[in-house]
Amino acid sequence: MSAALRLPPQRRDPLARRRVAWSVTALVLLWPLGRLAQFHPATLFDPANAHVMGSFLRGFLPPALAPEFLQLLLAATLQTLAIATAGMALAFALAVPLAFWATRSLSVSAIGPAGGRWRGRVLRQAVRSVMVLLRSIPEIVWALMFVRALDLGAAAGVLALAVTYGGMLAKVYAEILESADARPARALLQAGSGRVAALCFGLLPLAAQELVSYTVYRWECAIRAAVVMGFVGAGGLGQLMDQSFKMLSGGEVSSIALVFLALVMLADAISLALRKVLA
Amino acid sequence: MSLRLEQVGVVHANGRRALAAVDLAVAGGERVALIGPSGAGKTTLLRVAAAALRPTEGRVALLDADPWRLGAAAMRALRSRIGFVHQAPPIPPRLRVVTAVLAGRLGQWSTARALRSWLLPSDIPGAQAALARMGLGERVFDRCDQLSGGQLQRVAVARTLYQAPALLLADEPVSSLDATTADAVLRELVDYSSAAGATFVASLHAVDLALRWFPRIVGVRDGVVMFDLPAAQVTPERLAALYAGEAVGEPEPAFGAPPRATLPFASA
Amino acid sequence: MTTARRARRIGGLASVAAVVAAVVASFAYLAIDLRGLFGAEERHAMARFVAEFFPPDLSAPFLRQVGFAALQTLAVSLLGTAIPMVLGGLLALPAAGRLGMLPKWLARSLLNGLRSVPELVWASLMVLAAGLGPFAGTLALALHTTGVLGRLFAESLENASPAPEAALRDLGAGAVARFVHGTLPLIGAQCLGYTLYRWEMNIRMATILGFVGAGGLGQMLYFHLSLFQQAQAATVLVAMTILVLADDALSGWARKALSAEAH
Repeated sequence: MSAALRLPPQRRDPLARRRVAWSVTALVLLWPLGRLAQFHPATLFDPANAHVMGSFLRGFLPPALAPEFLQLLLAATLQTLAIATAGMALAFALAVPLAFWATRSLSVSAIGPAGGRWRGRVLRQAVRSVMVLLRSIPEIVWALMFVRALDLGAAAGVLALAVTYGGMLAKVYAEILESADARPARALLQAGSGRVAALCFGLLPLAAQELVSYTVYRWECAIRAAVVMGFVGAGGLGQLMDQSFKMLSGGEVSSIALVFLALVMLADAISLALRKVLA
Repeated sequence: MSLRLEQVGVVHANGRRALAAVDLAVAGGERVALIGPSGAGKTTLLRVAAAALRPTEGRVALLDADPWRLGAAAMRALRSRIGFVHQAPPIPPRLRVVTAVLAGRLGQWSTARALRSWLLPSDIPGAQAALARMGLGERVFDRCDQLSGGQLQRVAVARTLYQAPALLLADEPVSSLDATTADAVLRELVDYSSAAGATFVASLHAVDLALRWFPRIVGVRDGVVMFDLPAAQVTPERLAALYAGEAVGEPEPAFGAPPRATLPFASA
Repeated sequence: MTTARRARRIGGLASVAAVVAAVVASFAYLAIDLRGLFGAEERHAMARFVAEFFPPDLSAPFLRQVGFAALQTLAVSLLGTAIPMVLGGLLALPAAGRLGMLPKWLARSLLNGLRSVPELVWASLMVLAAGLGPFAGTLALALHTTGVLGRLFAESLENASPAPEAALRDLGAGAVARFVHGTLPLIGAQCLGYTLYRWEMNIRMATILGFVGAGGLGQMLYFHLSLFQQAQAATVLVAMTILVLADDALSGWARKALSAEAH
């Protein structure tokens, strides 16, 4: 190799210019970004803020344990659980038909006469677009609007969950159903059975475990979402915590936080048990 | 003495003995080949010689220093003068060839230069020169996962060449290469060691390559040195005894020893 | 039917019954009258409410305001993701066990704590510490995201092969040099992927945090809805959707560019 060797002319690193450019851009953008976001670490040490923060944190221990407060806490916890469960139930009711329409494997037009194919595709696209729209607005925004529009409390949370999680469940249900083996369902359709029957006896048995598993997982997320929505007035632990924050009651906030953690762990345990049994 | 192992023994954590009472002394500038069946302990021996593995028994002296008595900085300085070509190139696939080769001198560079080199390679001509010796000059800016196994192995060799060590250790450096390329790579390594006066110890599966390029052959079997002879005195009988039990028909290790029937003669 | 199968069947049916009971109980507890919810009066109120969203306020000064708020939200999401990328990376080293057992436990506990608190709660806390405005939002996002990314980075680190770094140690490289040249190329692409994914989510989060006073589009939306100024709220909603779609597109492009990039 050495004998026939001639050093190729020195080449420049093709990535050098790009890397330098990106590094410089990032550094240059840092300053205006900081200005936009009002990034002033000094305010953390501003005496007024520090005082407020300090007394708030000092109030964390001991957590508030007064009986009246504990009653409120219990009611709020039950309310959060109820919001999540009711919201999921409505979401489920909404998702099933949406997923059904959107699933290609159940499309008669896909296997049979050409006539309905166009209509089927348009309908499916429409349904899919609705689902995307429902999903892209965060549930807390829906909750805020329901609170304002209909002057609701906990019900706003239920509706918001129904709308957003309905879209989410529909999309995932459709994906699970489409990725399941379609042959039994196709066979049933070709034998002339209706679409509902084909779904129940053809696709459902295969996909049931995944469907249940995802639904239960979403219920856990719904509990967390219900707490978050409480901050805009949709009831439950979130609303209680928002009020406690505004009143600067550190003890109450820490009690609620502890209950929230316990609730999350409980929901996790229930979800695990349910998934095992229903599978 | 560039490399001295005295009564070195290695017992692994799981109780398996890899080396027993190994004595080996290699002077500066010498070239030694390690041969023997798979699992004989050649890799373990080389790792001890690289100060990468601390022996359970015995003493090690590398470049006139006891590596395991040195402080951290001195240990790093010593290691930067010892080059090791691994059997399986330990190079991240997404790394570019140029960065992989330049990593050879990380033991000699400051941290600042090392960081800068990651973003913008700091010595492209140097990397190119090392790669050109391996016949890979054109691939200098490619990603390592675009190379074949044999090319990647040559990149690893190029890295060690770029490091320019005083003690060069190689564990099966040509196992993924065809006969012609393997020969060429070994020639480059031998050229380097002669030019730089570096000590060169390599383990090889292809006994013919060992006999061709190395004046001194050490045969290792079951963790023990069976013989340590000039190449001319390595007879077919000794080779047969060394590789006994690894003939054709037995389960082959990854790159199998040559079948008995074709063991070459040193003078053939 | 064997007893095992029968037991499972009963268990399954019992669970379904329990779930149904829970759903009914929930509706009862909340005293939601579904029919009342969709009754004529409510539908009218809803229709009126929705109608007031159109047409959205498109006057120039208001659009400027919305534009500024959108940029503010974008800045909050960028800083709130970039800072955790660095902090999470730093914390990932002890969390992966690189500095010993005690630092590992400490780092992991810290990351878990940061992660478990929802961003909105962090935001409420940060509003107390730093006052109203986007700074509180940035801090809240940064704290929560550091927990998330730090944990993900630590897992990548632990799963990475130690061979490249060991080889660099054998040729005398220092700790930083061998990490950057040995392990970082193994996990860099995956970690950047996590960061990009997190940025997508943080854009949505940054808008929401405004609801508790952390600036940007969220604060504007909350403000105008509280005053029943739906026309303005509509514009803000449109801006939010555009921002989210643009961010998804941007991060998709960035992800593609990074997957082709070398180290």
